[in-house]
Amino acid sequence: MLHTINTSPFESPAMEECIRFVQQGDPVLFIENGVYAVQNGNRFTDAIAALQKTSPVYALQPDLDARGISIVAPGVKGIGYDGFVDLVEAHQVNSWL
Amino acid sequence: MSHRFLATILNSDKVKIGILLKEGPYNHQAADTAYKFAEAAIKKGHTVDAVFLYNDGVINATNLTDPPQDDRNIADRWSKMAKEHGVEILACIAASKRRGITDDIMIDGGSITGLGTLTDIAIRNDRLLTFGD
Repeated sequence: MLHTINTSPFESPAMEECIRFVQQGDPVLFIENGVYAVQNGNRFTDAIAALQKTSPVYALQPDLDARGISIVAPGVKGIGYDGFVDLVEAHQVNSWL
Repeated sequence: MSHRFLATILNSDKVKIGILLKEGPYNHQAADTAYKFAEAAIKKGHTVDAVFLYNDGVINATNLTDPPQDDRNIADRWSKMAKEHGVEILACIAASKRRGITDDIMIDGGSITGLGTLTDIAIRNDRLLTFGD
């Protein structure tokens, strides 16, 4: 299952809740203010590294760009809306609001 | 074997998508994310069956908005998507009544419906995506 997170972990527990429920191999995609989670060097960088032991982690590139986030945590892949659609094609979706 | 069944097999990598949008335009990014996602999905040959507007999301479907010319027209582009790609734009009636959204001010291609329709959308589509907070 694909998990999307659209809120910043600085203001919402969505990411931490998602991490508790995510299954081995489930992709996690950060969108909108969610992309603040993957800005390299913030206090969530370790959590993102740990998450990647079980899950591929993506962030929506246009949302990173809109927020001036140019350096993401190691291993996080920036994807466009095309990539978002491909993930949805391959997985059921859970939107963590 | 029916044509419909054959078409289903031939398009087996394509999915039918329903979208639930819960936030108003120009206020929250959800209206933009939902649109851009739907646009990309249609471009790749997937079907976007319906966009269900709930809570402030119903404000996406009023034809009274008149944004500056150099800004995106969110209501218009939903209307265009409805007409060009058969995407149903459906506003929840209870949410609409609370916000003064009526059939008289609906965008072309949009309509007002009950919350039960959201269940139908969830059942008849391969995927349901929620945008909002």
